[in-house]
Amino acid sequence: MLDSVIFYFFAGLAVISAILTVTRRNAVHSAIFLITALLATAGIFLQLRAEFLFIVQIILYVGGIMVLFVFVIMLVNLDLAVRQMQFARQKWVALLISLALAAQVGVMLWSTGKLPGQGLPVSQAISADKLPMNSEAVAHSLFSSYLLPFEIASVLLLVAMIGAVVMAKKRT
Amino acid sequence: MQAVIQATLDFLKAYWAPLLCGLVIVAVLPLIAGYIVLVERKLMADMQARLGPMRVGPHGLLQPIADAVKLLIKEDIIPEDADKLVFWLAPVLSVGAALLSLAGLAIGPAFQVAKGINIGILFVVGVSAMGIYGIVLGGWASNSHYSLMGALRSSAQLVSYETAAGMALVSGLLFAGTLNVTSIVEAQRDQGIWFGLLAPVAFFTYLVASIAETNRAPFDLPEAESELVAGYMTEYSGFRWALYFLGEYTNMIVVASVATTLFLGGWLRPFPNTHWLNFLDFFPALMMFLIGVYCVMRAPKQPAKVQTLFMLAVAGLCFVLAFILVAPLLIPIAKPSLAAAVKPFADGILGSFWFLLKVSVYLYFFMWLRFTIPRYRFDQLMRLGWHFLIPLSIINVLVMGIAMIVGSYLHLAGGWLLLVTIPASVLALIVALYILSLEQKSAATEQARAASDSYAG
Repeated sequence: MLDSVIFYFFAGLAVISAILTVTRRNAVHSAIFLITALLATAGIFLQLRAEFLFIVQIILYVGGIMVLFVFVIMLVNLDLAVRQMQFARQKWVALLISLALAAQVGVMLWSTGKLPGQGLPVSQAISADKLPMNSEAVAHSLFSSYLLPFEIASVLLLVAMIGAVVMAKKRT
Repeated sequence: MQAVIQATLDFLKAYWAPLLCGLVIVAVLPLIAGYIVLVERKLMADMQARLGPMRVGPHGLLQPIADAVKLLIKEDIIPEDADKLVFWLAPVLSVGAALLSLAGLAIGPAFQVAKGINIGILFVVGVSAMGIYGIVLGGWASNSHYSLMGALRSSAQLVSYETAAGMALVSGLLFAGTLNVTSIVEAQRDQGIWFGLLAPVAFFTYLVASIAETNRAPFDLPEAESELVAGYMTEYSGFRWALYFLGEYTNMIVVASVATTLFLGGWLRPFPNTHWLNFLDFFPALMMFLIGVYCVMRAPKQPAKVQTLFMLAVAGLCFVLAFILVAPLLIPIAKPSLAAAVKPFADGILGSFWFLLKVSVYLYFFMWLRFTIPRYRFDQLMRLGWHFLIPLSIINVLVMGIAMIVGSYLHLAGGWLLLVTIPASVLALIVALYILSLEQKSAATEQARAASDSYAG
């Protein structure tokens, strides 16, 4: 009972704040709602007992990337940006894509015959110290089964980082 | 309806202990923060050869309460052009994130709100980093240039120094092999050495970065009063301002607790495995007793009768604390049959004492720095972060990892690990300083070239 309540709370929060992120005209408000959506997603991760994913979501997205977003929003001239028409030309493409996505989700729910949030792997509460070690499990699978993809992703990120530094550096 | 009540009761039955711990923290923390401010003012006064607050209570002991009452009844001003909702939300976010991150910390082996969470120290660091939104959004919502400048500086500073702090934590965690707060402290007991000694460079990096992250002097650029009035809290007044203050001091406690847990042995007393030093267990009680005796001696010299009485009350409190601290040690001696029953209490009480003592020493160091070192300029702050601390911490992680491998190859453990980690730390420091000197040399030649160009033109 309680787990469904918690799931619908987080899921509803995520959906509502995602909608508000796109509909707010003020960029800072949009950013705040995006942060809320990310936090709600983190909450669902936590409910699925993916503690490590939960905290990585918070540290990376909420604590890192969104801080930079807000930082940049404050640097640009907002009054000018509000008056401009932005992204409005992609309306039909966006509608098409979201319809396709909705159809996908609908088909999946229909084929499994479950409501969203039903059949979560978590039903009974266990105190945190009796759970399986989540970060150890993540580390184990990353560094044994998926070592090669992990390393490739690391190298890719490193290249991107060096590229960003080179591009940002002043030409001398 | 019945089901809801039943569910609530089950919830309370399962989670009464964390709820109680959380309530205690939320209720007591404002008071503690107030007294930290008092200690800070007293220290500042002492370092400047003044007396500090003296009027409210003996030696100004009731000053925090008077301040709190003043802040509560002060007029709450919201600027006309402010974004009202965000203005209202920002200080709450600041305090909320700081208080929430306390949930992951273990004060003593027994006192922890979220017990045994697997991500432990990551939770504390990640949640406390969310407090930045309080500062950034508050500065933006005030619709004032000073506030916005303060907010921008603050976010830039936090993003820069969080990398260094995180990398420093990684070097410490290499030795612990776990993220769980309790297991980190137990690992230090098993190895018989504080990780701060094993990884001195990481500890130093974390120390500097934590000062920058909590916006304390000498890195208090976001609220530099000579440049920005009060930075992001320029437009705040009354209770909202007090919330910001509470958030800032809670954050100080949080970074101090993280450093204590990871680098200073948490709730362990110094040399936890050396048995002939067991008499150190009596040190907390002795300290409280001596403070009480001092208060009794000073009591007759107070200027007013009320103050004498108050001083005696403080002395009485100290004696009670001393008794509480010594009782779990004396009971097993007097009645060995009760030893097993009393043991958890003894560990809990003494552990909390050592933990709080270490946190206090860390905070004292913060204050000491604040009154000693002048404020950095913003570009100097950025250069220190990006050109020195971040390379230093990254190199340190790398070198520490190699040192750990070498150590395990040579079957070193505990204090013997120092044989490999100290040379590694020195190496990391030398490489980082070399990078810094290269950087400065190239900057100098660039400047010289620019200067000669401008003359040539």
